Amino acid sequence: MSEHRPDPDALLARVKEEESQQRRGRLKVFVGAAAGVGKTYAMLQAAHERRADGLDVLVGWVDTHGRAETDALLKGLPVLPRRQIPYRNATLQEFDLDAVLARRPAVALVDELAHTNAPGSRHPKRWQDVLELLDAGINVYTTMNVQHLESLNDVVAKITGVQVRETVPDSVLEQADEIELIDLPPDELLQRLKDGKVYVPEQAKEAIQSFFRKGNLIALRELALRRTADRVDAQMRHYMRDHAIPTTWPVAERLMACISPSPHSVGVVRAAKRFADTLRAEWIVAYVETPAHARRSEADRARVSEMLRLAEQLGAETVTLSGQRVSEEILTYARERNVSKIVLGKPVQPLWRRFLFGSIADALVRGSAETDIYIISEEAPPHLPYVASPRPSRTDWPGYARAALVVALCTVVAWGMLPYFELSNIIMLYLLGVVGVAATCGRGPSILASVTSVAAFDFFFVPPYLTFAVSDTQYFVTFAVMLVVALVISDLTIRIRWLAESARHRERRTAALYSMSRELASVRGLDNILGAATRHITEVFRSQVVFLLPDATGRLAPRKGLPRSFEIDTSEFAVGQWVYEHRQIAGLGTATLPGAKALYLPLTASRGILGVLGVRPAEPHTLEAPEQRHQLETFVSQTALALERAQLADEAQQTQVRMETERLRSSLLSSVSHDLRTPLASITGAASSLLQDMSLDASIRQELLETIREESDRLSRLVHNLLQMTSLESGAVHAVKDWHPLEEVVGAALGRLSAELQGREVTTRVLKDLPLVPIDDVLIEQVLINLLDNAVKHTPDGSPIEVAAWADGDTVTVEVADRGPGLAAGEEQRVFEKFYRGHPATARGAGLGLAICQGFVKAHEGRIWAENRPGGGATFRFTIPLTGSPPEVERSDG
Amino acid sequence: MAEHPEGISPETSSTGTPGPAVVLIEDEPQIRRFLRASLISHGFRLFEAANGQEGLVEAATRQPELIILDLGLPDMDGLEVIRQLREWTTIPIIVLSARGQERDKISALDAGADDYVSKPFGVGELLARMRVAVRHAARNPSDPGETTFSLGELHVDLVNRQVTMGGNRVHLTPIEYRLLITLIRHAGKILTHRHLLKEVWGPNQTEQAQYLRVYIAQLRRKLEVDPARPRYVLTEPGVGYRLAAE
Repeated sequence: MSEHRPDPDALLARVKEEESQQRRGRLKVFVGAAAGVGKTYAMLQAAHERRADGLDVLVGWVDTHGRAETDALLKGLPVLPRRQIPYRNATLQEFDLDAVLARRPAVALVDELAHTNAPGSRHPKRWQDVLELLDAGINVYTTMNVQHLESLNDVVAKITGVQVRETVPDSVLEQADEIELIDLPPDELLQRLKDGKVYVPEQAKEAIQSFFRKGNLIALRELALRRTADRVDAQMRHYMRDHAIPTTWPVAERLMACISPSPHSVGVVRAAKRFADTLRAEWIVAYVETPAHARRSEADRARVSEMLRLAEQLGAETVTLSGQRVSEEILTYARERNVSKIVLGKPVQPLWRRFLFGSIADALVRGSAETDIYIISEEAPPHLPYVASPRPSRTDWPGYARAALVVALCTVVAWGMLPYFELSNIIMLYLLGVVGVAATCGRGPSILASVTSVAAFDFFFVPPYLTFAVSDTQYFVTFAVMLVVALVISDLTIRIRWLAESARHRERRTAALYSMSRELASVRGLDNILGAATRHITEVFRSQVVFLLPDATGRLAPRKGLPRSFEIDTSEFAVGQWVYEHRQIAGLGTATLPGAKALYLPLTASRGILGVLGVRPAEPHTLEAPEQRHQLETFVSQTALALERAQLADEAQQTQVRMETERLRSSLLSSVSHDLRTPLASITGAASSLLQDMSLDASIRQELLETIREESDRLSRLVHNLLQMTSLESGAVHAVKDWHPLEEVVGAALGRLSAELQGREVTTRVLKDLPLVPIDDVLIEQVLINLLDNAVKHTPDGSPIEVAAWADGDTVTVEVADRGPGLAAGEEQRVFEKFYRGHPATARGAGLGLAICQGFVKAHEGRIWAENRPGGGATFRFTIPLTGSPPEVERSDG
Repeated sequence: MAEHPEGISPETSSTGTPGPAVVLIEDEPQIRRFLRASLISHGFRLFEAANGQEGLVEAATRQPELIILDLGLPDMDGLEVIRQLREWTTIPIIVLSARGQERDKISALDAGADDYVSKPFGVGELLARMRVAVRHAARNPSDPGETTFSLGELHVDLVNRQVTMGGNRVHLTPIEYRLLITLIRHAGKILTHRHLLKEVWGPNQTEQAQYLRVYIAQLRRKLEVDPARPRYVLTEPGVGYRLAAE
């Protein structure tokens, strides 16, 4: 029983899939074998049924091709107005995606899934519009003919002889929740065609002759039926998985297709896709870069990129290998990845080459132990837009010149050597020259060097001299051997060079990535991470970048102030916005909004999307190669990870600060609650005694009343201190400076504390000619009050207190000194900390007074410190800088 | 406004005649309760108002000799109450305000309040301020008043413009003398910087507070034994100056 329980992981995946399907709209595709089978008709009928169920049905786009029956069905359904796009001199009509997104119907009807949108639309293809509708949670009904399916493209072309340009990726059809096959036997379809129900009569005739031949229709019908059957099969498997019905589960297969730059390789990719589908296997498409790759034409290389991209679109994993021998690389990789089947195209080399060098297929068959090798015929007509162009585009003239020069030089040297050395050594000299050319120039120059070396040797050194004629036929063997040796040496040298170069190239890529990750790991802070990422990406990909990050309100905004970033305009920004919302790559070189000037990649990390990176290459095509794209994606994901790490670090730090604040708050709370409760307890006690017992002795009453008074004062002081501390910490304290005579402030403070200072000798030494000081008098008075109060609290009653002030250069120093017990060692700094209390026996305050002093003095850009006095006691000093010039006060009335 | 030449004094209550009327505008019941107890026991007739509107009505109907006003009222700004009162009356107003809000005190004084007491305060302090305020209000502006002024060792002959300290002649510059006279005229009352500047230097010099500080410092050097511990010219930091009451 337990063995048949569904695998929890698989079930979870299934639940997730269902959840995302619930959020996503449902896709229903009406599939037909050919035009005219009645797909649109069936779709409209279904729409009427949904409408009868009470759903909001909207016709986004339906083309009735003037068929009367279909037209009739369109009545009674709300039809969306078409978007008008001015194009050259005409106006094109298009499906209005944004209008549907804005209206949000329950079901949208969008005919002809394979349609190509007019230039300037958001997506080049209509199926992309449909995907966006689904993402937005709108259900879509759509139609397509089986011939438009990407993987069937070449099969259809083979059957019908017509190459279909508009294709829909298989993955779109695979996403469909329902597929309804609209089937019509070929005879009936032909009859409908003849009756003019599909096309207008004259078109019909032409159509019957070309495309709508009975044979074609039968084949297409079979394709459609089969495809739908595959689909039903997949549903069946889903069902069985859900209900834990044991099946003969196929062992995990992995397929690898190998492509060459030949235009025929597209067929291999498509065949591999179909193959992988039937096997339900993962599949890889591999291309092996050999030294020859570098010599390939631009068009060939572009075609390889294009094919790899197509493979990715069809759901394959793509990989580019590099090495000397194609077959070896393929087999090694296949073994690494546990590939069970290798698919490749039929060899196209001429027979003699195969005979001489063997074909890749032969080598694979020989080398594959358990791997099956499938060879696909590559007869599909070239579909890709590139035309094979003849050989290298640029000729390496300096290389040829150098080759000629080297040969000439060898000849001169050899001429000088001739009297002393044998001819075989002269041959060696020429071979040395060939190696030199091969090591520095390309293949062409080294071939030239090889050939001219033989020629020069013949001309100058083989009798009869200075003619190409040869007296001894033995020399022909010498020439042949010399030529072959020269060619082989040069070829080997070039290969070694290429290998070294490609290794260097790969290492550069790895090193670039490594250096970026290392720097990203070492820098702190968002700006530094963005700066490092910008620097590395711009250097490696020769492009400009822009980071689009959500601001505090969650709206996406370009990050300013980074070097080498480009200004983004509104239309480009819209692309970035789209990428942010859909978490998909878009822009230059992609299928979405390809008209953009830059490529936009989502910065996604484990916790979701963090922003968008726009990359604008200096040359638009540099990012199109999948290999480049992959590397860029690696860079981007590294950046995203670093950004996420920075965010996490930020959050951790904030938590730390919160914890610290919390700790402080609780220490404040405990200290304050004690300091508040003690006087309150005394007041309550004294007051209740007074209330309860009216017959108290007069002296006791007096004492109780004095207690109340004193404790109230204490409470008042504490609250005042707390309020000042709070405003200091919240940054609300600003020194409003004005020019004041210091003695006035000292006098005010002494006056305020006259009660506390009763019975003490207070001496003030404030120089009469002390300049005006720029201070906030209220704050400095408070500083003096706190310092004096502190002195009163910590010294024995009756001990003297001195207040002094003097100017010293551009500062004024104020001092409050006492003759108390002084400060304990190490206390000089700590007395200014919040809630620090001195000796428990003498300390009565909350430990805030000196902290407030420090805050207020700092608000004046001054310094405050404490030290012990020679002769006993403590000194508190603070300085006030004399900045600015004091106002001139005219004493006109002297 | 009717004049009360005899001024107010708590002693009048003991004679049986109704004491001077005081309007208290304060929204805190606890403060009202404590002031009620103290002021009534000192012989005042107290009329209470819990907000500004009531206070304005009380002030208009009770013919008080003094108004005590809390600046933080629920219905309107205390400053606005002062302005509305000053539109029709010169009854002395004493403002109750929290400590540390010097700006509010200055605004209240500049708007026409006579003095202020910072919360928390003792009754003794409030009564002293009330006495000073009423005494000043009682003086007839057209009456030249006293011809001499004495405070501790300070003696000023207002007719001959002679200042002596403990019998020794003190020479004051004209501005110093004007400053001293202004302080004497409002003895015991707080005077804001702006007020003093306006009276001594004229209405165009009201922003030059440092002039005032310099002259006050000079005046202190001539009058005080220790200018850093003044006995006559007292500083209210951030607000202004006050000549000590006896």
